Amino acid sequence: MAEQAIMSEREERILGIIETARGKQAKFRDERITMAHGAGGKATQGLIEGLFVPAFGGATLSEMSDAGEVDVDGVTLALTTDSYVVKPLRFPGGSIGDLAVNGTVNDLAVSGARPLALSLSLVLEEGLSADQLRAEVDTIAQAARTAGVEVVAGDTKVVERGHADGMYICTTGLGRRDQRASLAPSSIRPGDRILLSGSIGEHGMAIMLARGEFELDASIESDTASLWPAVDALLDAAGAGLHCMRDATRGGVGSVLNELARSSSVAMLVREGAIPVQPAVAGAAEILGIDPMYVANEGKLVAFVAPEWADGALQALRAVPGCDEASEIGEVRTEPPGMVLVETSFGGRRVMDQLVGDPLPRIC
Amino acid sequence: MKFVDEFRDAALGRAVAGEILSLVEPGRHYKVMEVCGGHTHSIYKYGVDDLLPANVELVHGPGCPVCVIPMGRVDDGIAIAEMPGVIFTCFGDMMRVPGSNGSLLDAKAAGADVRMVYSPLDALRIAKQNPAQEVVFFAIGFETTAPSTALTLKRARAEGVEIFSCICSHVTIVPPLRALLESPDLRLDGFIGPGHVATVVGARPFEFIPADYGKPVVVAGFEPLDILQSIAMILRQLAEGRCEVENQYRRVVPYEGNLRALEVLAEVFELRPHFEWRGLGFISDSGLKLSPAYADLDAELRFSVPGVRVADPKACQCGEVLKGVIKPWECKVFGTACTPERPIGTCMVSSEGACAAYYNFGRFAREREVV
Repeated sequence: MAEQAIMSEREERILGIIETARGKQAKFRDERITMAHGAGGKATQGLIEGLFVPAFGGATLSEMSDAGEVDVDGVTLALTTDSYVVKPLRFPGGSIGDLAVNGTVNDLAVSGARPLALSLSLVLEEGLSADQLRAEVDTIAQAARTAGVEVVAGDTKVVERGHADGMYICTTGLGRRDQRASLAPSSIRPGDRILLSGSIGEHGMAIMLARGEFELDASIESDTASLWPAVDALLDAAGAGLHCMRDATRGGVGSVLNELARSSSVAMLVREGAIPVQPAVAGAAEILGIDPMYVANEGKLVAFVAPEWADGALQALRAVPGCDEASEIGEVRTEPPGMVLVETSFGGRRVMDQLVGDPLPRIC
Repeated sequence: MKFVDEFRDAALGRAVAGEILSLVEPGRHYKVMEVCGGHTHSIYKYGVDDLLPANVELVHGPGCPVCVIPMGRVDDGIAIAEMPGVIFTCFGDMMRVPGSNGSLLDAKAAGADVRMVYSPLDALRIAKQNPAQEVVFFAIGFETTAPSTALTLKRARAEGVEIFSCICSHVTIVPPLRALLESPDLRLDGFIGPGHVATVVGARPFEFIPADYGKPVVVAGFEPLDILQSIAMILRQLAEGRCEVENQYRRVVPYEGNLRALEVLAEVFELRPHFEWRGLGFISDSGLKLSPAYADLDAELRFSVPGVRVADPKACQCGEVLKGVIKPWECKVFGTACTPERPIGTCMVSSEGACAAYYNFGRFAREREVV
C-alpha cells in the first residue's frame, strides 16, 4: 500500500513535468528547416514562437492572430500577408489564384475585419506559359471581385527554370476592423459553443488526389471561397457574443482547436459525430490513413460563441450560401487546460493532439 | 461507408462493453496485449479503452513495424539515401523514425532525394521513370507487407529493372512474441492477435501461445467493434478456463492463411539468423533478407552501408514497457529526455506507442472506474 502511494506520487510528479513542458513557449532548436516546419503543427509553432515572435516582439505580433491591427487616427486597420505555393497550380474546385485571394481575405475576415484591398506579388518560373499566367490573372481578378476587394499594388519577379513550381504568389490584405465584436483568443470562455461553418477536408484532399500520386479517383473539389459573408452573418447574429474565429486552413480543424486551447488556456470537447465530412473525403481519408480533422480547408471557419448566442449564430450561418452544413461541434471547458478532447462516434474519448509534423500516412 | 460503419456502431459497442463487464471477475486485474500497432491505432482513434472497466488494461505490443527498426538500420538507410544518384523510397511513417543522427526526413531536408510511397510498386514505378538513377526501397513490416515487397521484386526481375533494389528490414511476428513470452517477468493474461499478419500467415502459427505458454489468443479485426469483441472472447476463455486460438476476424483471415502469399515469401526471402529490434535487442530467426536468387536486388549488398550497430540508449526501458513490467511513466527517461518531439525508444517513436500515447493522454488515461 505504502509502495503504491509512493508510486502514484512519482507519477503525479512526472505528469506535472510534462504539463509544465507543454505549457512552455515552444523553442526553435532544429538544425535545418524540414517540411514539418511548414505543416502547421508543433514544428511550425516552434519556429514562430521560438524565432519570429522573440525577434520582432511587438505586442500585436505576440497575440499571433491571423491579422495584425494598426490604429490610424482612430480607425483600426487589419493587416495580413500570406504566400501560396500549391502544386498543381490548378486543381478541382480552384487554382492558386483563388487561394491567393481567398486565403488572405479569410485571414482578415476571421480577425473580424472587413477586407478592403490586396497587394499581389508574383514569383514566376522561367518557361511558364503565358496562357497559364493569363488564366491565373483572370482567376485572381474574378475572385477579388467576388470577395469585394481591390488589387491595389503588385510586384513581379522571374526565377530560373526549376524553381518556384511554375509560380508562387504572395498577397497582403488590408481590412477595417468591424465594430460589432472584438475578437481574440483571450476572449474565449468556458461554456462557449464551437461552431464549424461546413464539411471539412475537401481542399487538402482535392490537392492530394490532384497530384496523382495515389492512383485514387474521387470527385472532391477544393472548398476555396471567401469567408466574409459567413463572418458578416455571424457578427450580425451574435455581435459581442462572438468571441473568436479562425479559418481552418493548413493543419485543419484539429490544429486550430489545439492552437486556441493552448493560447487561451482552456479545454475543448468536440463531438466527432457532429463534424460534417463528405462521404468521398471520409473514404479517401480512410484509404490513405489520414484524419480529416488535420486536412486543410480553404473556406471553412471555426467560431467560438457565447452559449446564449450560439443557436441564433448557427441559424444565421446556415443561411449563408455554402454554409448549409454548418454545425455546433462542441464546447469550451476549463479542464484540462490546453487540451482538445474528442468524444468519438463509437462512444469513447480521446485526446486530439497537435500534429508533430506533416500528416504522414501509416503503413499498418 | 458501407462495410465499415457497421463495425463502428456505438449501440453495438455498448452491448459488447456490457458483455465484457459481465465477464470480469471483480478484484482481478487483467492485462491483455494487442500485438499489432494497427490495433493500438484503432484503440486510440475510437477511444475503445474508454469502454473497458479499469481493471482490464490493454498493453501495447511490439507490432508496430516502424517503431521496431533499430537506429543502426535507419542509419544504413540514410547512408544510401545520401549517396548521389539515389532516389530513396519508403513508407510515410518510416520517415520520422530517428537514427543515431537524425531521421530520413532530416536527410531529405539536407538534400537527399527521399520520397514517400504507399506501396513498393510505386517505388518500382519511380524506378522505371528514372532509369538513369538508382531507386532504393526501404522494405519494412511484418508478413503483412512482405508479400507486396516480394511481388515487386519478382516484377522488377521480370521487367529487367536493374536500377531497383531494396533494403530488406522485414520481420516476422512469431519470434518476438516468443521472446516476450519467454521473459520471466511477463505479466499478461491474453493476446489480441494481429489480424493483418494473420491474413497472410493464418491463425495457426499462434497456436504455440496457448499450447506452450497457456495464454489465450484471439485474432482480431481492426474496427473498434472487432477489438471489443475480441477482448470479450479472451475474457470468456479466461472465465471458462479455456485457452486456445480463436479467430474473430473470420471475414478476412483464413485459419491456414494465404498459401499463395506464403509461397512467394518462401521464394524471395530467407530468414536472417538474427535481427535486432529496437527496445527488444537481437531475436533469432526474426528478420527476413533476400534469398540468394534475388541477392542482386539487395541494396545492402549493392551499396556499401555502415552496418554499424547502434545500441539503444542505456536509460531506455522500452523492453520492460513492452512486456508490461513497468508503466511508461516509470521509465527513467520518460517525459524528460524522451518526448514525442525527440523520441529515444520505440514506444515514443510512433504516436500510438505506449509512451507517446501516455505522454499525450496524461491523467486522462486513468479516469476509468475500477470494478
